[in-house]
Amino acid sequence: MNSAVIVFPGSNCDRDLAEGLRLVSGRAPHMVWHRETALPDRLDLIAIPGGFSYGDYLRSGAMAAQSPVMRAVRDAAERGTFVLGICNGFQVLTESHLLPGALMRNSGLSFVCRDVPLIVENSQSAFTARYRAGEQVTIPVAHHDGNFQADAETLDRLEGEGRIAFRYADQVNGSARSIAGILNQAGNVLGMMPHPERAVEPAHGFSDGRRLFEGLIEAVTQAA
Amino acid sequence: MKTRVYVTLKNGVLDPQGKAIHHALEGLGFAGVNDVRAGKLIELDLDPSVSDADIEDMCRKLLANTVIENFRIERPEAAA
Repeated sequence: MNSAVIVFPGSNCDRDLAEGLRLVSGRAPHMVWHRETALPDRLDLIAIPGGFSYGDYLRSGAMAAQSPVMRAVRDAAERGTFVLGICNGFQVLTESHLLPGALMRNSGLSFVCRDVPLIVENSQSAFTARYRAGEQVTIPVAHHDGNFQADAETLDRLEGEGRIAFRYADQVNGSARSIAGILNQAGNVLGMMPHPERAVEPAHGFSDGRRLFEGLIEAVTQAA
Repeated sequence: MKTRVYVTLKNGVLDPQGKAIHHALEGLGFAGVNDVRAGKLIELDLDPSVSDADIEDMCRKLLANTVIENFRIERPEAAA
């Protein structure tokens, strides 16, 4: 799988994500700086890491969404390239309008950093194909602005179209309908607050995140 | 003259920061505070050539996230 990790000033999970991708796919990703206007050729996956891009100025993800590289990411997403936004990456995807809704300050106001149980809602996407629908997995979260909100109509549409990929098994941050991760309509863009790259090998304590990357690799290999 | 853009959370959207400020005010002993909503004030120094429609576009594209926020533009009279 040929992948790229986008790096913004203030990204801090870019190396973890690169290492996770390298471990699972056997191939180190390209690291792409936010000023780039073009992406490497023939990418299968664009991964947008966690962190505090641009210091969370204005709103989390708002400035990153306007950076030059995001234009190329939007074009690639439209062409069907897989795009995975984790934590701040999810915030960047909503601010870029690649995904609906918004991520607000956690309802409890505290930064939440712990392993959380998630329910896999949809196992039909390439991202979740290696999970069973309804399965409970454990993946860590670490965020201050993870409270997913959208209007009722949008939430109903996400539910109806099977675009909720993961839900929190317990309340974590006040998210509407306990949403932890959502897909775009075409199913090639996933945004999620939990960090699958922090759960890919036994030393992490949990390796439930590994299957997310394995599912992508399988989808990409089959398409080739 | 500065144009001011006020960005506030939409009604019905939970405002955790406003809530925390409310609690803190109560903790200081201030009575009679019924509710607190926190927002942002953004000041823009604009050329007269910038139209009202341009400012509104700025708000929709960047200054506010209209999924959760409202914005209000306060532009000084052109005669200034």
